[in-house]
Formats: sequence, C-alpha cells, structure tokens
Amino acid sequence: MSGTFVGMPAFPVAAREAVHDATLRGNLRHATHTIRAKRARAVGELSDWARLREAGRRIKDHTLRHLDRYLVQLEESVTAAGGTVHWAADAAEANRIVTALVKATGESEVVKVKSMATQEIGLNEALEAEGVRAYETDLAELIVQLGKDRPSHILVPAIHRNRGEIRDVFVREMGAWGRPAPEGLTDAPAELAEAARLHLREKFLRAKVGVCGANFMVAETGTLVVVESEGNGRMCLTLPETLIAVAGIEKVVPSWRDLEVFLQTLPRSSTAERMNPYTSTWTGTADEDGPRAFHLVLLDNGRTDALADRVGRQALRCIRCSACLNVCPVYERAGGHAYGSVYPGPIGAVLSPQLRGTASEIDASLPYASSLCGACYEVCPVAIDIPEVLVHLRERVAQGGPAVREGNRVVLRPARGHAAERAAMRAAGWVFARPRALRAGQRLASRTRRLHPRTLPGPGRAWSGARDLPAVPVEPFRDWWQRTRGGKDGGR
Amino acid sequence: MSDRERVLGRVRRALADVTPDDRPYEAAVERDYLREHGERTAERTVELLAENLADYRAIVHRCGRAELPSLIGRLLAGREAGSVLVPPGLEPGWLAGTDAVRVPDRAGSTPHELDRVDSVVTGCAVAIAETGTIVLDGGPGQGRRRISLVPDHHICVVRVPGQVVSSVPRALERLDPARPSTWISGPSATSDIELDRVEGVHGPRTLEVILLG
Repeated sequence: MSGTFVGMPAFPVAAREAVHDATLRGNLRHATHTIRAKRARAVGELSDWARLREAGRRIKDHTLRHLDRYLVQLEESVTAAGGTVHWAADAAEANRIVTALVKATGESEVVKVKSMATQEIGLNEALEAEGVRAYETDLAELIVQLGKDRPSHILVPAIHRNRGEIRDVFVREMGAWGRPAPEGLTDAPAELAEAARLHLREKFLRAKVGVCGANFMVAETGTLVVVESEGNGRMCLTLPETLIAVAGIEKVVPSWRDLEVFLQTLPRSSTAERMNPYTSTWTGTADEDGPRAFHLVLLDNGRTDALADRVGRQALRCIRCSACLNVCPVYERAGGHAYGSVYPGPIGAVLSPQLRGTASEIDASLPYASSLCGACYEVCPVAIDIPEVLVHLRERVAQGGPAVREGNRVVLRPARGHAAERAAMRAAGWVFARPRALRAGQRLASRTRRLHPRTLPGPGRAWSGARDLPAVPVEPFRDWWQRTRGGKDGGR
Repeated sequence: MSDRERVLGRVRRALADVTPDDRPYEAAVERDYLREHGERTAERTVELLAENLADYRAIVHRCGRAELPSLIGRLLAGREAGSVLVPPGLEPGWLAGTDAVRVPDRAGSTPHELDRVDSVVTGCAVAIAETGTIVLDGGPGQGRRRISLVPDHHICVVRVPGQVVSSVPRALERLDPARPSTWISGPSATSDIELDRVEGVHGPRTLEVILLG
C-alpha cells in the first residue's frame, strides 16, 4: 500500500490522543448514531435481508475461489467492448500506468470520482509529482483535499468534520483551487452543497480525463458499476474524452444478474437509502455517448496475499459499505485517523494488516483495535466474520508463522513486545491443566484481594494501561458452589 | 514476467488449497431471496413508485396522454425555462405545449453548451417501485447520459403501468448490459455533511417525474 500513512504511531497511541478530542468525539457520535438508526430501518424493509446477505456472501466466495478465471473473462469482455485492460501487481505499477495514460492525452489535470483504490495507492500524490493535478469531486473528498486533511471514513472521508469546520475550510481554501466560496457562506448544509456545486462545475465542464474506481465489475459482460449520490461521478464518467478506472481484483462478480443482490444490499448498508441517487453502468466504450477511450487498471497490491490466507481471505468479500464503521464502539471513540490507513474501522483492522503485512507498528497493532463485540459482523452485508479474522491476525502477530507477502511464502517471526503475553498464556495453559494449582491460586488471590494494585507491574503495565483489572471476588466461584450447591441450600 | 502473469500466478498459488467447484455458475450459487417484496396489483405498484419517488424529493405528477403536452408546457413555464434539451426519438407531441427553444442532443455539443440549457425532457427504460428509481439506458427518447445530468431541471416521463416493475431484480431482467445505464433515485443529493441527506449537488436539483397512464 502507499506511503500516505507511513510513520503513523500504533493504534493505542493515536487513539489515546483522539479520545481526548471532544469535538471529534461529538462529531463522530452524532454522525454514527444518525446513520445507525436509519440503516436499521432501511434493512428492516426487506423481509429477505438474511437471504440477500447469504447470497452476497456466496457470490463473492465463489468468485474468489475462481478469481483467475473471472479476471481473464473480465479482461476479454472489456476488451471486446472497446476498453483496454492493464494489470498492476502493486501501487507503484498502478501509478505508473495511470500517469503514463494521462500524459499520453497531453492533459495536466484530471477529475476524480471518489475511489478507495486510488487513495490506497496514493495516486493523487504520484500524479502531482509528474505535474498532473487531480481534483477530488466527491463532497467529502473535496473537504479533505481542500483542508489538507486525511480521510477518516470509507464512505464519508470528512466525517470527523462538522458543518462549521467545513464552512471554514471552504472559505479559506476554495480560492486557491479555483472558484472561491460564495460571499457570506453559512454552515447550512444546503449552502455548503451549493458552494461545492459552483466550485466544481467549471472543472467538470473543461475536464478531458476522468479517473474512477468501480463498485462492481461484471466478468461475463465487461460492465463496470459506480454507485454514488451527488452526480460528481456521472460528470466524471460521461463528460471527459478519456476515462481511467482503477479497481481491486476482488471487485469482479461473475454475472449481470449478481447486481440484483448488491444493488439491494449496498445502498441500504451504506447510506441507509432504498437506493442511492445515482448508479452508472457502462460496458467498454459506447457509440458517441461518453468517453471515447476507456482504460481499466486491475490492481493486486496485497490482495493475493490476503487471498492466500484461509481465514483472512473472507475480508476480500468487502463491498466498502462502511456499515461496520458506523456500528463500531471503538471507531466511534477513536475516529478513523487512528487506524493509520485509508481503510479505517473494523474492516480496516482486518484489511490493512493483510494488504500491507504486519511488519510496521501500526499494522501489528490494528488487530487489537477491537473489543471483539461482533456488531460489525452482524451488520456486514456479505457476512465477513471480522472478529474471527481479528483473532486470527492477533495470533499471527503474537506467534508468527507462515504467510504470503508480495506473492512469496514467508515465515513471520513473533512480533516483539508480545513476549510477556506469550509467557502469560503459557503459564495460564499450565495452570488451567492443573485443577489443584488453579484452586490454590484462586484462593490465594481472594485472600489477598485488598492488597492488589490497580495496574499491573513490569511488562504487564502495557496491558493494564488501557484496561481495568477485573475485581477478584471474596471467594472463588467453585468454593462458593461447593459450599452452597449453587445457592439452593444454605445459600446467602 | 508481465504484471498480468504475475498477478494471475499469485492468484493461482493463493488458491492451491481450494477444491475447484466445476458446477455451472447458476447451480453453484443458491438464490433463495425474493424476486420482489410482497404481492401488489399493477395499480398499487404504480402508487408505491409514486410514494417512493416523493420520499426522496422527486416531484411526481400523473396525467393521461391528452394532458401531457400542456403539463410539460406548464412545468417548463413554471421554471421560466427558455431552452430544453430534446433527446432523439422523443415523441414530438410531448413538447407541443411549450415554446422553449429546442436544443437537440448532439454528439458534438460541448459540456459548456449543455450547461446553458435550462431543462431536459426524457422518457425512461424502466422504473422500480420498491426503491423509487428510474432507469435510463439511452434508448429512444432518452438520449446520451450527460443530457439528463448537466441541466438543472429534469422532467422524466414514465409510461405506467407498462414501464414499472416492482423490484431491482425485475429491473435488471429488462436491461441490456451492453447499453450504458443511469439509475436515478431522486434529485442529486449528498450525505457527506454529518451523514445527513441534503438534496442538490451536481446533478439536476429538480427532478420531476410524470407518470403517464
């Protein structure tokens, strides 16, 4: 993945700062609670939700199981429909391809539809280095770009900003990028949307090159699908002469019919709407309607490493709806930036360490950025068992073991800093296998309970730094049970 | 080695533990979800479409063939529209009640020219009742994708009940993937400010749907 977030501190450090930011916590709490209730209503309208979810899971699993076949079929279909397909094993290659395609047009600016894949590879920075200016056109992306900020949510990258902050960014920055914000702009959302409309319109009308991602790619027909709300996507997809799409290889689905599942589950999961305002589908190039040249860049960038992991590969089912972020108690408090990746929240905690590996401090800490409450799994429209993958990745971080990095089999060494945890687990294993020792230990703990410290000493301090130590009862449960028969006779 | 071979090679090695499923695709993935939600009469389906369109702030009108030209004329006059984009194949009679300047949808028009047009009138390919969606696929009377995007006012005529289906699965059955399609559910909107829906960003800020029965 890109270097955008290199040097991020580990999750606990970044999160500790974030939870002390009262504005951030207020903004996140307001936004996530608003959307939670709406999503529940939108999902509740469909009596067959569980079956749609299961069908979505099956379609994605089947596709991943035969991914090579469907990618080749997609390439054939797109080519037959007049498009050109490129393959990129990593971010650098994808950036090189897109930059060369833009330069070949002779243009020095592009308009962009919101796309996670291009954020992941750091395309804007790569283009900038080659003298090409990339304009983000999604409202939230615009807020992030103008504010020289980082995205903090998959669907709404500026979720950490409230309306007042957005107004300030517009007033301060729009002039440097093009049309300035209207005089007397207030923080009314309708006025802010109007300011974005005016600011971006001139860019849409003169754009010769558009860059987009894809929500879905249909192998049998070569059709790409972009789901959006504002119409900025439609502008970028239809007005320029050249269109370049960058999409992860896991975005392919076998058939046109598969869209009947995802076009029901995605909008209701993400913006909690029956249907998002605009969805565009296109197949290659069309006669005199839209771009005359269409390029599709198929991106690996760590996805095949995730695919090689029997437990972790389910994360590739993700359709980027962000429902898991909106329900997550950890995300709600820590915010998206603490995850140090363009993919924050629960899905980011399982995706980033698989795409980037667990070598860096931030990636090794992400599997621990969860209380394992399971709310993310409940709402996931493709049933990714995020807690299962988190636990699996924790094991990989703490114990090491075989994995695949950049296509090569490697054996990971246990991460440093988990030695005390491993020793504690070994000791626990020994004690639990010996009932006498366990009982003696429990009784000793109960008798000395008044003397227990509130935090652990030595290497245990890191563990108790963010957790309360459990209170030890007056009497071990098994002693209580033996004495009272479960409270039936002689119970207190 | 090309990146193509590299990526495909990695995929194949990653799947070495997986037993291939050689059943045809239709048999490999079970689909026990509903084709549509609930049973409704054709008339009730049209009513549901109207309700859901209105719920997402589209303005809904109903009329018969005879009143259509005068209704379109009134809607354009109400917006003081001086010009209207006309897709190829639009029934000529539909615009008989307006003297707005007709701007034909041409391949050679520039985006700036389209931006100066006040309104656009189109038909559609299909409309989805459960979601309040109209789908345009560039067929007769619908034009290129950009004409229903750049003008700030879009009037879309839906023939009812013929063009109305209940659900997303039923709509996809009617569409040809080879044709570019645009699915429209209400006017342009955003949820980017505090995750609350606000209408009116880059697409037409006013969407009027005429249910022609």
